[in-house]
Amino acid sequence: MRKRLIALLAVLFAFGMLTACGSDDSSSSSSSEASSSSETEEEADSGPETKAAFIMVAPIGDAGWNYAHDVGRQYAEEMTGVETAYVDAVPEGTADFGNYVRDFIDQGYNVIIGTSFGYMDDMLALADEYPDVVFEHVSGYKMNETNFGNTFGRMYEPRYLSGMVAGSATTSNLIGYVAAFPIPEVIRGINAFTLGVQAINPDAEVEVIWTSTWFDPAVEGDSAQALLDKGADVIAMHQDSTAAGEKAEAAGARWVSYNTDMSEFAPEAFLTAPVWNWGPRYVEIIEAAQAGTYAPTAYWGSMAEGIVDLAPIASDVDQGVVDQVMEAKAAIIAGDLHPFTGPINDQDGNEVLAAGEVMDDGAMLGMMFFVEGVIGSTG
Amino acid sequence: MTEASIIGLFVATVSFGALLYLAALGELLAEKAGVLNLGVEGMMAIGAVTAFIIGVELKNPWAALLVAMLSGALLASVHGVFTVGLGAEQVVSGLSLTILGLGLAAYLGKDYVGLPPGAELVPVEWGGLSDLPWIGPIFFNQAPIVYLALLMGIAVSLVLSSTRLGLALRAAGESASSTDSAGHSVLGLRLSAVAAGGALAGASGAYLTLSITPQWAEGLTAGRGWIAVALVIFGAWRPGRVGIGALIFGGTLALKTRLQPFGVEFSPIILSMLPYVLTLAILLIISVRARKRPSPAPFGLGLAYRREER
Repeated sequence: MRKRLIALLAVLFAFGMLTACGSDDSSSSSSSEASSSSETEEEADSGPETKAAFIMVAPIGDAGWNYAHDVGRQYAEEMTGVETAYVDAVPEGTADFGNYVRDFIDQGYNVIIGTSFGYMDDMLALADEYPDVVFEHVSGYKMNETNFGNTFGRMYEPRYLSGMVAGSATTSNLIGYVAAFPIPEVIRGINAFTLGVQAINPDAEVEVIWTSTWFDPAVEGDSAQALLDKGADVIAMHQDSTAAGEKAEAAGARWVSYNTDMSEFAPEAFLTAPVWNWGPRYVEIIEAAQAGTYAPTAYWGSMAEGIVDLAPIASDVDQGVVDQVMEAKAAIIAGDLHPFTGPINDQDGNEVLAAGEVMDDGAMLGMMFFVEGVIGSTG
Repeated sequence: MTEASIIGLFVATVSFGALLYLAALGELLAEKAGVLNLGVEGMMAIGAVTAFIIGVELKNPWAALLVAMLSGALLASVHGVFTVGLGAEQVVSGLSLTILGLGLAAYLGKDYVGLPPGAELVPVEWGGLSDLPWIGPIFFNQAPIVYLALLMGIAVSLVLSSTRLGLALRAAGESASSTDSAGHSVLGLRLSAVAAGGALAGASGAYLTLSITPQWAEGLTAGRGWIAVALVIFGAWRPGRVGIGALIFGGTLALKTRLQPFGVEFSPIILSMLPYVLTLAILLIISVRARKRPSPAPFGLGLAYRREER
């Protein structure tokens, strides 16, 4: 019996050891990050120094969502001179998030930016607990009146433009779209993309496969393969891995990635991508906190503000198409073109938006139907 | 539904089937020797990450596969030492191994997340055979690890059924004390079976990062190790039946995304549950039939063997 107990203890010990070095690693990565930055630049003016901490859900090396946020963090540090730190791979819905935030606040960080949807309720509670700290949540919808706001971007604008490029690239007139979950954010993207496709190529259709996962490369890749098997020659996606692009590359098809310019993963297939550019918005938040003028908003930034953009278009795309896309981009930025302008029909041909009308934000935020030209179901 | 789509379904079925089969064969080996190892998911993750790292560093897919198998065996040996050597609870140790393997893989792979692959095992061309309609793309244009899975299935089956080693191994799983009396080392047999099983799980993980989705990220194995554990029960501890089960379970994985383009309205979530539901059904059948005939599970499965407590 004693032997058995010892063995059990040994297992637990080994396990405890690993978790210990695991957390050691992440805290040291953040603290070394913190100490390596601008600690020497002691600000002369009075009041506590502004320091910003970023909390991310997955490793920043993922080339996608989290990587884009880290690029934004570095940009903000460079532009404001404010010290920043980050910790990544912090799961949602656990005590870890709160622990990291308290740790950062103890170290004097007074701007906390959480970049994953599932942090929302924790941030709301923490904002209450620490009224002097600015909390900004990316991709959520809750806020308070003093120190907790949210930020997101009108990704449908560059999605529309990427659709134009895809529409010009397809010869089979079937475009595949590998998508995570049927929620308004994703559906809005698919619809904007399809409207862009049809602006260039009215005969092309967009077929959607739901993977029921944000991140499972095997399923994402296999979904892309299923669409390629069916005859799609361009693959677009709303997923976090690059698996769909690798399948497109292997099949000699084309690919519209997402989040960041992922051209290095599939150099032949890559067409373009709707991408995030968080830097300028982070500068705004940090400067407002510094000046003591931060007021929570539900910020939904556009291409004009620069939070979303279109990645460079592949060099083999026809110059005429590139010109058309750039014209549309300028028109969107100038406010002359809105991707969701009527007439827009749903999948069954019923009119949902009359000619000339522009969809309001409420309708876009709750969008749960597919436009004409999408193959697939929203439920 | 086009012909290409249907062929694509079968290509993916064989590919996913081989992925599950390798891991399940490893689990079968360990269980036949009497050691339940619930750490398959962890060993697959370690195999996946080490294969990717070696691929990036050495640009050699075969070295990557070899290292993945060694790492899987090494991690499995941790389980072997605790359960076989020290007599620890197999379920607890196996579950710890899953968590340990996933954590260790995430830690090791931190700097390799999102990197393009350094080496890949691409589909093998079998000359004219690969050009045959239907049969060609489905069976003769798969990645090398698919054929490895087939070879391993035949090898495990032959070793278990027709060699002295296989007999001793099965005896260790059925009745450790009589195996010991017959002069075989129960410790040695069980440790080697667990390590060999780990090597196969590692190869399965390597198939993910060298062929199926040549990249590394945390959570890449996505629960497929658990399907492999279920598969051993589904196949009633027989390599051949486990192989058939692997094709069925692989088919559900391949169908999951293809039902939508086929125009079938069926929840992919229910399809993801299918392997587990089928396994539960088999467990039910086994326990109902147990009154008339013995369970196909090795008699000594899950029991530690200590000579002095005989």
